[in-house]
Amino acid sequence: MSDNQAKKEPYPVINILECKACGRCIVACPKGVLRMSEGLNERGYHYAEYTGEGCTGCANCYYTCPEPLAIEIHIPLKSSE
Amino acid sequence: MAEKMAEKIIGRPGGLYAEFPRKGGAAPTATHYCPGCGHGIIHKLIGEALADLGIQDRTVMISPVGCAVFAYYYFDCGNLQVAHGRAPAVGTGVSRAEDNAVVIAYQGDGDLASIGLNETIQAANRGEKMAIFFVNNTVYGMTGGQMAPTTLIGEKTITCPEGRDPRFTGYPLHMCEILNNLKAPVFIERVSISDISHIRKARKAVRKALEIQRDGKGYAFVEVLSTCPTNLRQDSEQSTRFVNEEMEKEFPLDNFRDLSAETQPLLRGESDFSRDSIDKLFNLETESSPDAVHDPTFKEVHVKAAGFGGQGVLSMGLTLAHAGCNAQRFVSWYPSYGPEQRGGTSNCSVVISGESIGSPVVYSPDVLVAMNRPSLEKFAGDVKEGGIILYDSTIGAWDIPADVRGIAVPAMKIAGETGSEKAANTVMLGVMLSLGVTDLSRENFREAIAETFSGKQKLISLNLNVLEAAVKWAKENI
Repeated sequence: MSDNQAKKEPYPVINILECKACGRCIVACPKGVLRMSEGLNERGYHYAEYTGEGCTGCANCYYTCPEPLAIEIHIPLKSSE
Repeated sequence: MAEKMAEKIIGRPGGLYAEFPRKGGAAPTATHYCPGCGHGIIHKLIGEALADLGIQDRTVMISPVGCAVFAYYYFDCGNLQVAHGRAPAVGTGVSRAEDNAVVIAYQGDGDLASIGLNETIQAANRGEKMAIFFVNNTVYGMTGGQMAPTTLIGEKTITCPEGRDPRFTGYPLHMCEILNNLKAPVFIERVSISDISHIRKARKAVRKALEIQRDGKGYAFVEVLSTCPTNLRQDSEQSTRFVNEEMEKEFPLDNFRDLSAETQPLLRGESDFSRDSIDKLFNLETESSPDAVHDPTFKEVHVKAAGFGGQGVLSMGLTLAHAGCNAQRFVSWYPSYGPEQRGGTSNCSVVISGESIGSPVVYSPDVLVAMNRPSLEKFAGDVKEGGIILYDSTIGAWDIPADVRGIAVPAMKIAGETGSEKAANTVMLGVMLSLGVTDLSRENFREAIAETFSGKQKLISLNLNVLEAAVKWAKENI
């Protein structure tokens, strides 16, 4: 994440505990940079993962996600120091 | 230490809680919804609009019966959860009592279009100030996937396993189209949350409906075609396709109406629920109905009065309750009667207490007043041990239960001789006064009679005379 911050690129923060593996975000991502995990979270679900590159901050994944606390989109502000 | 770069964060909407302590359990930060369910998506859209429009503190969210029964776990605003289909009725009450409230009814297809259909249409027709979010996923979710009013023709559910057959179950109900026949609604739109492009449009409709509430303009209805992967046995991609390709065919997406620009705020004036206004409304001048005083030493009295309709048992009970009010006791009066204005049986329960009354229902009276034989037959066995039964002597011989004192009162006769047979009920009050069973004073009773007959001055003196005659009779004969 700090890499993305440094590059001033948007990135999703996925709270993997809250993911229920419905996969809606993966379909909704126009850049195809989300994928389903191999492993399981504490509640026994697979979870969406960011491949680490290519997020444009469109927030499609956020809006299509049914879990209010599962995804955040961080968009670095260009004007900041 | 490196300075943290400024970021814009798109995340949890301000209208939803950061965690859900009302839900509790093992996963207090996750919703109770299934994977891929549309409810969470719609909750987020509403939660976002609540915060962005700055209306959280004015908002009362009404949770339905259905999967969203626990919507109040999530929304950071005023919350109610109501009986199945009754959100528009409760919402009407909230909206009328709190003119400034933003009322939201969140309802599913079973709740809104089946059991609540009448209330839905009536509230829409009255143009109530509320936003209705109608979540249509063609199936009863919470109860396990039964056919709903909006189930598609041929769609399989557990109660139409061969697919919905219109020869037996008719056709899907189109709620937007039905409501669009009414004059009052300000806004009607059908949207979908099947996929992201639809969600973006739904977001605008949700916001619009809530802007109309913010501005107090009236009724807004948003139908949201939604997913139910669990009950429809779909994965999330199949559920998206089902909504886009099958539901949309039956329920075309459209803005059916948007009169928000030309509609003025609906002003109904302030509702006044002050003590003064209620007293005035019910003719209760404050001096004549002083507040009840807590008195734990007072032994609660339960009275049941029963007779034919027209014998004045309800008004006798009311007079007794008035007398209790005058003595600053807590009282309740609870009538029970048939549909007939005359000739049926009726009874009422009166409780007089030194403390707040839990239930106005009297199952085992201390005093039973029976004006006719059927009343004795019905209630004599319920009277408490050591209790009293006052019955009109015209009923004749009666086998009074053991441990209960039965007193045959010539109520008709005394009343007839003193003024009018119709005042037989007042005779029973006089006997109660004389026996001291209610611990109320002569003055309490006299004032109560004056209140009961305040509209008919002549009857006050008549009934006061009857009361005194009854007291005299009781002193001489009991």
